[in-house]
Amino acid sequence: MSTDNLPGVPEEPIARLGMFGAQDSGDTSGYGGLVVRRAPRLSTPRPYGGYFDTVADELERALGGDLADAVERVVVDRGELTFHVKRERLLEVLRHLRDDPALRFELSLGVSGVHYPHLEGEELHAVYHLCSITHNRRLRVEAACPDTDRHIPSSVSIYPTHDWHERETWDFFGIVFDGHPALTRIMMPDDWDGHPQRKDYPLGGIPVDYRGAEIPPPDQRRSYK
Amino acid sequence: MSAPYEEATEGKVYTVSGNDWTELVATLSGQQDEQLVVNMGPQHPSTHGVLRLILNLDGETVTEARTVIGYLHTGIEKTCEYRTWTQGTTLVTRMDYLSPIFNETAYCMAVEKLLGITEQIPERAQAIRVLTMELTRISSHMVAIGTFGMELGATTPFLFGSREREMVLDVMEYITGLRMNMAYVRPGGVSVDLPAGAVDKVGELLKVMPKRIKDMRKLLDANPVYLARTKDVAYLDLTGCMALGITGPMLRAAGLPWDLRKSQPYCGYETYDFDVPTEKTGDVYGRYLVRVAEMEESLKIVEQALDRLAGPLKGGRVMVDDKKIGWPAQLALGPDGLGNSPDHIAHIMGGSMEALIHHFKLVTEGFRVPAGQAYASVEGPRGELGAHVVSDGGTKPYRVHFRDPSFTNLQAVPATCEGGMVADVISAVASIDPVMGGVDR
Repeated sequence: MSTDNLPGVPEEPIARLGMFGAQDSGDTSGYGGLVVRRAPRLSTPRPYGGYFDTVADELERALGGDLADAVERVVVDRGELTFHVKRERLLEVLRHLRDDPALRFELSLGVSGVHYPHLEGEELHAVYHLCSITHNRRLRVEAACPDTDRHIPSSVSIYPTHDWHERETWDFFGIVFDGHPALTRIMMPDDWDGHPQRKDYPLGGIPVDYRGAEIPPPDQRRSYK
Repeated sequence: MSAPYEEATEGKVYTVSGNDWTELVATLSGQQDEQLVVNMGPQHPSTHGVLRLILNLDGETVTEARTVIGYLHTGIEKTCEYRTWTQGTTLVTRMDYLSPIFNETAYCMAVEKLLGITEQIPERAQAIRVLTMELTRISSHMVAIGTFGMELGATTPFLFGSREREMVLDVMEYITGLRMNMAYVRPGGVSVDLPAGAVDKVGELLKVMPKRIKDMRKLLDANPVYLARTKDVAYLDLTGCMALGITGPMLRAAGLPWDLRKSQPYCGYETYDFDVPTEKTGDVYGRYLVRVAEMEESLKIVEQALDRLAGPLKGGRVMVDDKKIGWPAQLALGPDGLGNSPDHIAHIMGGSMEALIHHFKLVTEGFRVPAGQAYASVEGPRGELGAHVVSDGGTKPYRVHFRDPSFTNLQAVPATCEGGMVADVISAVASIDPVMGGVDR
């Protein structure tokens, strides 16, 4: 793999263990170099290119001149612009993004979560994909919260479409969206324990009893990792 | 004998199982209850799969409509994290089972974006994607219109719709080997080239289909019963659509010509000549008209794609040149009925040890995708179908999320049903055209 896809200084490499049941080494053949590096925490310097600079400028103006105060990091990667927004300022930023005539991201494509257990202090990410029909632009907004304090303000008041999306993200990741009108499970049964899309939740999860033998959950039958 | 009921905190609960309406009416006569809560689904023929509607009725007027989903949740997104990038196509194709090619294409486009090979996808592969996507759009809309007729009590549209869809499925089977869930589109291109005779087969469909769409129009466009059930029903204006994040035919029936194929083209859609049909009515009938017109536009695109595949793009590659990403063998249907490539087998078994190792590693372990995240979206039959894919640099996705249009559009049920008649709930839900496989994933 070429290293130019991994700009910046990567974090500690993680070894992918256990292909074909081998648990003691990271690689059973030594051929493929099964040690991969985690996604580096990118932060892109200006200029971002394309309409990305305009979006950043206009948001800075709408926020009253201090972008860095609300937006922790700006990442431009693979032709996509991502704003990593502090969760305290999330609603303010989203409101400006929707209402400001120069930004006008009137269509939200919903919320989903990503669980990064290795990012201490910001394990859970809520990812918002916005689209501006007026200007034909796209933008990704990310807000993170620590696993010990899983709270992110609800944006249903700004984008009503987030109703079900936030419920789904709560259901799958356990992020509590404060202020959501009815934050209940949506996919899993109401009495389900745990949040299945988290990385510490096993695939399958429930061992199956078959003719007296216990069939382990799919991810433990053979070590696919 | 009277229909059984039990006292519960929210009032009397009647269990109705069909064929016992007379008994229920006998029990209810003389009761003073004005409010009635009706549980429709999850196993109701007119709720598109396993959708549950809780309707609060005041007489025949719906005062509250709530949707319950999740009955078809299969954890596809989670399963993707335990399989290789290539195997992901086999999983995502099963989400929205009426638009499998769209799911695969959105996913593959996101993976290609992560790999940085979007520009390298061969033109022939892109044209095949466009061809199969537009064919799928026709079959999906045929099901939407057909089942809608069925739900209103007319079987002819359903029979027409199913017959037309069958034609498309036959073509898909001929091209990909499977009628549905074909896992045909792969990261880097498509799994196999069009088989011999595929162009003729699609050509035959192109000859028949316009007449069949016309038949559907003749049957429904000015049908007084159909108009009475669809006109001015389940109205949702542009503001409502924007707030609820609604895309696709529902949005275009409210008057906004927003179509990703035009506004943010992918797979070379900018080179095809077609129109984006819109209506201004924002009602069920408008959505129907948009769908029918879209099928006619799809036929135009199929025709153009076919001309290219038979002409300038004939014999081109269908998989990216990078041998570390593309599937090692170009499979073809063997005499044993299985996909095989004798040349490739001879090469890896008798010719080159390195080729064998390469094949083994690529097939079992898969290729690596540089770390990062990407979002790619296509204009599916129901609206914007987006795939948000995150990689940590490994051979398996770190996270795959599908922004399924059915999921989002289904949130419009309260907005379109409340205040209307209970009979119009059926029209309203059907006009959203939700596919529960996509909603619940």
